[in-house]
Amino acid sequence: MERAIILAASAIGAGLAMIAGIGPGIGQGYAAGKGAEAVGRQPEAKGDIMSTMLLGCAVAESTGIYGLVVAMILLFANPLINLL
Amino acid sequence: MNISVSGPKILFEWGSFHITETVVNGWIIMAVIVLLCIWLTHGLKLRNPSKKQIVAEKLVMMATNMVRDTMGEKYIGFAPYIGTLFAFSVLGSLSSLLGMRPMTGDLNTTLGWALVTFVLVQGNNIRINGLGGWLKSFVQPVAVMLPMNIIGEIANPISMAFRHFGNIASGIVISTLIYSALGALSSTILSFIPVEFINSIPILQVGLPAMLSIYFDLFTGFLQAYIFCMLTMSFVSGVE
Repeated sequence: MERAIILAASAIGAGLAMIAGIGPGIGQGYAAGKGAEAVGRQPEAKGDIMSTMLLGCAVAESTGIYGLVVAMILLFANPLINLL
Repeated sequence: MNISVSGPKILFEWGSFHITETVVNGWIIMAVIVLLCIWLTHGLKLRNPSKKQIVAEKLVMMATNMVRDTMGEKYIGFAPYIGTLFAFSVLGSLSSLLGMRPMTGDLNTTLGWALVTFVLVQGNNIRINGLGGWLKSFVQPVAVMLPMNIIGEIANPISMAFRHFGNIASGIVISTLIYSALGALSSTILSFIPVEFINSIPILQVGLPAMLSIYFDLFTGFLQAYIFCMLTMSFVSGVE
C-alpha cells in the first residue's frame, strides 16, 4: 500500500516537474523572435546572429533540463522507494 | 506490453569496478576517430592534393577558424582540444544511428568533459591573475558575495553536463516511448484481421521512427556538441 502511494506520488511529481518546460519554451521563442528580427534588419550578419541565438537558446534551456532530470530520476531511478 | 528505459548496461565487472556500455562505446569511438585521423592524414602532398587531403584540411581549418573567431589569436593552441571534443561528442551522439547506446546519454561522460572545462577555466584564471588575484576574484564586489561566487563557479560545469546529458537522454526516452506506442497502435489497427501472424507485424514502426531520429540524433547531436564547445571556449577565454 505504501509502495503504491509512493509510486503514484512519484509519477505525479514527475509530471509536475515537467511544468518547468514552460519557461524555456517562452525564453527560446523570445530569443528566436529577436533573432529573426535581427536577421531582417541585418541579413549580412546572419551567421553571427545564428550562432549567438543558438548559444542563448541552449543556455535558456538549462532550467527545463533540470526539470527533465528530476522527472527522469523520479521515473527511472526512484530514490524514495528505498526509504520504506 | 513492456517498455524498458534503462541506464547503460554493465558489461564486465572487476570487483567494484564496472565497465559499462558507455565505456565500451567510448573505446569504439576513440578507435574510429584514431583510424579516421590516420587514414585522412596518410600520404599528404604539397602539390595536387587528393580529395581526402582536402577534406582533412577543411576539417582542421574549420576547428581553427572557430577557435580563432571565438577565443582570439592568443588561444589558438586550444584548437586541437576543441576539435577533439567536438568530434568525440558528435560521433558519440551519432553512434545511436547504428543502434548503440549514445555515449553522451550518460551523465558520467558529459560530467567528465565539464570537469575538464572547469579545470581549464580555473587554471587559466590562475595563470593570468596569479594565485592571489584568483582568490581575490571570489570576494570581488564585496566580501559577502563569497558563497554566491563559489556556487556560481561550481554551477557552470554542472549545468553544462546536465544540458548535454539531458538533451541526448530525453531523445533516448522519447524515441523508446514512441517506438513502443507505434507498435501498440499498429497491432490495434491490424486487430480486425483474425490471423495471429499478420496482426503481430508492427507496420507503423517502419520509417516513422527514422523521422524522429533526424531531429533527436542528427540535429540534437550536432547542436549539443557545438554548444558544449562554444561554452567551453567562451568560459576559458572569458577570464579577465
